[in-house]
Amino acid sequence: MPPGAEFLHRPGGVERLRRDVAFHSVHGDEIAVDILSLFNLLLAFALAPLLPGIINRTKAAFAGRTGQPLLLPYFDIARLLRKGAVYSTTTTWLFRAGPVAGLAAPAAALTVIPALGQPALISFNGDIFLLACLLGMGRFFTILAALDTGSSFEGMGASRETLYAALAEPALLVGLAALAVVTGELSITGMFAGITGEVFARVVPVCALVAVALTLVFLAENSRIPFDDPATHLELTMVHEVMVLDHGGPDLGLIQYGAALKMWLLGSLVVGVIFPMTGGLYTTVVYVCAMFTMALGTGVVESIMARFKMPRVPQLLVAAGAASFLAVILAAR
Amino acid sequence: MKSRLTLRNAEAAPLKAIEPFGAGAFAERIQRDLKAGYRLISFFAHKASSHTTRLYAVIAYDDDGLIRVAATNVADSFESLTPDTPQAHLFEREIFEQTGIIPKGHPWRKPVRFIAAAPEEAGVMKFHRVEGAAIHEVAVGPVHAGIIEPGHFRFQCEGETVLHLEMALGYQHRGIERALKDGPDKRSIHYMETAAGDTTVGHATAWCQALESLAGVDISFRARAIREIALELERLANHVGDIGALAGDIGFLPTAAWCGRLRGDFLNMTAVLCGNRFGRGLIRPGGVAFDIAKPQVADILNRLDEAYEGLDTAVPMLFDSPSVLSRFEETGRLSIHHAVDLGLVGPAARACGIEHDVRKNFARRPEPSTRFTISTCNTGDVLARGMVRWLEIQRSIAYVRDRIRSLPDDATMRPMKALRPAHFTVSLVEGWRGEICHTVITGADGKLAACKVVDPSFHNWMGLAAAMRGQQISDFPLCNKSFNLSYCGHDL
Repeated sequence: MPPGAEFLHRPGGVERLRRDVAFHSVHGDEIAVDILSLFNLLLAFALAPLLPGIINRTKAAFAGRTGQPLLLPYFDIARLLRKGAVYSTTTTWLFRAGPVAGLAAPAAALTVIPALGQPALISFNGDIFLLACLLGMGRFFTILAALDTGSSFEGMGASRETLYAALAEPALLVGLAALAVVTGELSITGMFAGITGEVFARVVPVCALVAVALTLVFLAENSRIPFDDPATHLELTMVHEVMVLDHGGPDLGLIQYGAALKMWLLGSLVVGVIFPMTGGLYTTVVYVCAMFTMALGTGVVESIMARFKMPRVPQLLVAAGAASFLAVILAAR
Repeated sequence: MKSRLTLRNAEAAPLKAIEPFGAGAFAERIQRDLKAGYRLISFFAHKASSHTTRLYAVIAYDDDGLIRVAATNVADSFESLTPDTPQAHLFEREIFEQTGIIPKGHPWRKPVRFIAAAPEEAGVMKFHRVEGAAIHEVAVGPVHAGIIEPGHFRFQCEGETVLHLEMALGYQHRGIERALKDGPDKRSIHYMETAAGDTTVGHATAWCQALESLAGVDISFRARAIREIALELERLANHVGDIGALAGDIGFLPTAAWCGRLRGDFLNMTAVLCGNRFGRGLIRPGGVAFDIAKPQVADILNRLDEAYEGLDTAVPMLFDSPSVLSRFEETGRLSIHHAVDLGLVGPAARACGIEHDVRKNFARRPEPSTRFTISTCNTGDVLARGMVRWLEIQRSIAYVRDRIRSLPDDATMRPMKALRPAHFTVSLVEGWRGEICHTVITGADGKLAACKVVDPSFHNWMGLAAAMRGQQISDFPLCNKSFNLSYCGHDL
């Protein structure tokens, strides 16, 4: 038996989870499970643009403004998709590939994220690497598209994004690895199912550390304060925003939708660690509320603190990585 | 023995009182003064007749409240003062660009405003370059992301660190000094009100003081008080806006939002005075065009109280936040030595610990009853520039309250007289951005023969470039905002 494969046959693996889910569902068969998993995915696709809407409304409330309509991100995306686009003659197909990959990557990655106590649509041992690779691929193409413009601003943004990603990725992967150690599962679905029930009470310290690390990754990857300021107009201070400055129209629409999906995805991971869920309507409500609270919290953070000086950002990301490593050590103890 | 002309602020003297030095003695006198810590506040060439061009150097003696003027006649070149006294460098570049007279030994005769009639070197965009495999160059502007004025910035960077920043301005050059010649006419005051749009009261006051001194007209104390109130309201609006913008640049939402609104409240107070939020139409030669009635006094006092209440919450919140302090401290630091060498003025200079303020050093006699305290900090970083503004806001509010409660009874406007021919005057005003200096010379016909307008931005842009050395390029917008200099005030 190859190393690691024994997890496949452990009691409490994917098989047991499927039985659990079947127990909770009305029809109790395999097809029902798949439809519910699909429902999770559709829920993400439908509700993701609400998150930036909630953040902006929260910030507006703190600033004493009425703020934009909650559904504005939807209208924005729809408006952008109807527009034409202008392409610089110095750019190549890479420039157009950036936004497509920027949307495709988080959309595909959402298929391995379990939610609502349901298994993910796709789940296999080692799918955390698929998650990391998909996110990495999306970023890779965004960076290539930025470099393709030949603009010094976008080059600087790409350089910063690469540095931050190099520090955020280990924090994410090691954090999930801590869950793998705790649960003995190698798929994300298995991990999240494994920390439910009385197990959760036992692994609270690990989950807390992982939640801290994932929250920092959530803020950094979604270019929120204190890592980045999505509201700024100052190119020299931007990290992520500056890389997509030259995209307009449908491309920008794809980028904005992709960013919303990415926020939903990383938010789901945080919520999954904090509120392990077993399924049912009750779970759906808790899950959606937790996601919105996540957005609300992001808005509050952005309202009460300034963003960091750029050289301090890597320090905070390294701290997130350290929290993840500590979680692994605690889990393996 | 030849001596320099000594003046007080906004005091005119006959042109013949200025006896030109020989070239050597001129340079020597100025350098001795500048090295002793006095400041070069204006330096320009005036073509007195078809065959003589005269250089005038105006030096401020802050301690005594005196202005000394030295002059020399030049043919086609003069010995540059820049190698020993850097604060002369931009003035000399300007002289070269406008007249073609070469400052010999000047290290960097790059054009200042790229004017059309410039000698051959003008118009060439050569930038200093740092060479090396790890060096990259970043060009910003002249079209910017925000709704601001045009200007070009060229950074030489090693990674995120700025090794050198060079600016190319001049996009807003409108030829204001040329247009003022042979005046004053109906347009002159409007040129001055828009020389730098956010300093309407400052420039208009400096201009009117100059004309009044040339005409020998004393304006009423009531008019002076109203001018001072308008000047402080302009300072308040801009300082409050700047603190809000500093907060906005670092993504600190509450103060950014509050100060953005409060800035409007202060602009509205100026509108209570004269119907215009920027003070246009208020200040006119001979006095002020609008009087303050009793209900307006109560209205402004009321608005001041309300605005101060808001500020007293929003601004301390900014300076008390650890995340804000970590952004402001040590960012864009400028030493007092650099600030003195470059001849910085205004809050940027006071943030480095230079105790200089026209309102104190060049207060016009008789002085107002209120004692004036100069607001300074000593760290020279973004925090200091923000803090100086906050101190000035508090003191300005107290000052306006004081002044408006005790307005002297008098006419607001006195009739202007004809300007005395062949006279010279220097008028200084502490605008919100710093010292505004207008030097005006009348010809034999009593019309304006030469006007030299120096906006504080003219002195301070180099300070920003110096402050950026060794800083993070991502901190440039923040440093830029902490200076908040005018493009059109520089370009004229």
